[in-house]
Amino acid sequence: MKKTITLKVNGTEHTVDVEPRTLLIHLVREILSLTGSHIGCDTSSCGACTILVDGKSAKSCTLLAVQANGKEITTVEGLATAEGLHPIQEGFHLNHALHCGFCTPGMMMRAIELLEHNPNPTEEEIRWGIAGNLCRCTGYNNIVKAIQWTAAKMNGSELPSTEPEFV
Amino acid sequence: MIAEKFNYEAPTTIKEAIQLLHEHGDEAKILAGGHSLIPMMKLRFAAPTCLIDINNIEGLSYVKEEDGFLKIGALTRESDLEHSDLVRDKYHIFGDATKLIADPQVRNFGTIGGNLAHGDAANDHPAVMIALGAEVEIENVEGSRSVSIDEFFYGFYMTAVQHGEILTEIKIPAPAGRFGSAYHKAERKVGDYATAGVAVAIELDADGTCTKAGIGLTNVNPLPMRAERSEAALVGTKLSEEDIANAALYASEDCSPSDDLRGDEDYKRHLVKVITKRMIHRALGRIK
Repeated sequence: MKKTITLKVNGTEHTVDVEPRTLLIHLVREILSLTGSHIGCDTSSCGACTILVDGKSAKSCTLLAVQANGKEITTVEGLATAEGLHPIQEGFHLNHALHCGFCTPGMMMRAIELLEHNPNPTEEEIRWGIAGNLCRCTGYNNIVKAIQWTAAKMNGSELPSTEPEFV
Repeated sequence: MIAEKFNYEAPTTIKEAIQLLHEHGDEAKILAGGHSLIPMMKLRFAAPTCLIDINNIEGLSYVKEEDGFLKIGALTRESDLEHSDLVRDKYHIFGDATKLIADPQVRNFGTIGGNLAHGDAANDHPAVMIALGAEVEIENVEGSRSVSIDEFFYGFYMTAVQHGEILTEIKIPAPAGRFGSAYHKAERKVGDYATAGVAVAIELDADGTCTKAGIGLTNVNPLPMRAERSEAALVGTKLSEEDIANAALYASEDCSPSDDLRGDEDYKRHLVKVITKRMIHRALGRIK
């Protein structure tokens, strides 16, 4: 039997009927048509489906849509504003932190919570912080750089170079 | 992957949740963090007919010192424990363990109560709680009862939590003496189950004699295991290198690891020996 739930997604309230077994990622992608969040492994390993649930980064392939009743959800579509890109999007863009782009929405959503808890993370803390997100292109170095750049941008400190390093 | 169909209930009190467990019979399951249960349901290894979601019950998430215990509410998330100042200053073992449990997103949802109630010897908190000598509070229609962690694990996915009951709190007796604790597991990659893991809690009296030792082992035995001979080898000693080496050796001899993709039996016994030794040293290093 379907359950009626109400939740806020990227600032807009939605009331929807879902089966209890509907996963949150399927609600987001198929019912609300927000396809920025991806389904990678579907086993809570890869992090491509990471979204924010009440500000906490969550693997939405491992949550039921009914568990999001009354919650506030943010997906990658909710990051940019009329003024422009979110600093994490700018950071990923300027630091070439994506190859194929499949992991990018999940990486960025995870990085947002990481920076909220720890506005000045070390490289090691960033690597531990994104341990639940896999990049199948193995582009981790630039992802780490992008998060470092974003930290500097959000703190108003001097921005690191975005020139690619050739080693 | 989609789970089989089930009913969903979201009670707001423990009493209501227990009543629902009775109404829905054996095939009802409690949904806490869901990060073990939902993957099992998606793979159809588990097919409960009803999920009773306890996340809307207030007052089950806390970490506090009270009445001579460290009390942890069953719904406390791994990430809450990871960021608790109380834990960071005093119970280093939880900092060690939570960092190695799954990944940050999973820790945002996975609960301490669920990690125990799932009844999997591969989980990390069972060994930690064994080392700390925890008691587990369980509620049912008649009231509540307290079970020692040593009597909590019955078998694979089976614990002292019977049908119609809910695990509500974990109680850790406050250490009497100078106290240090540590946990480490060897894992192949982030989010993997332990190849082998060892939890150590040590208490010393004023002149450095060990008055209490707790050693729990992860994933090297059919049930989460207390290394009793290792503990006995430490208590009453000054913890010389020889005492520590003996304790480590006994742990590696007394566990019963099985060969699997994470390693063969000999390798796992070797890991238990090495990690036990290192964790005793790490726990000692943390005693102020």
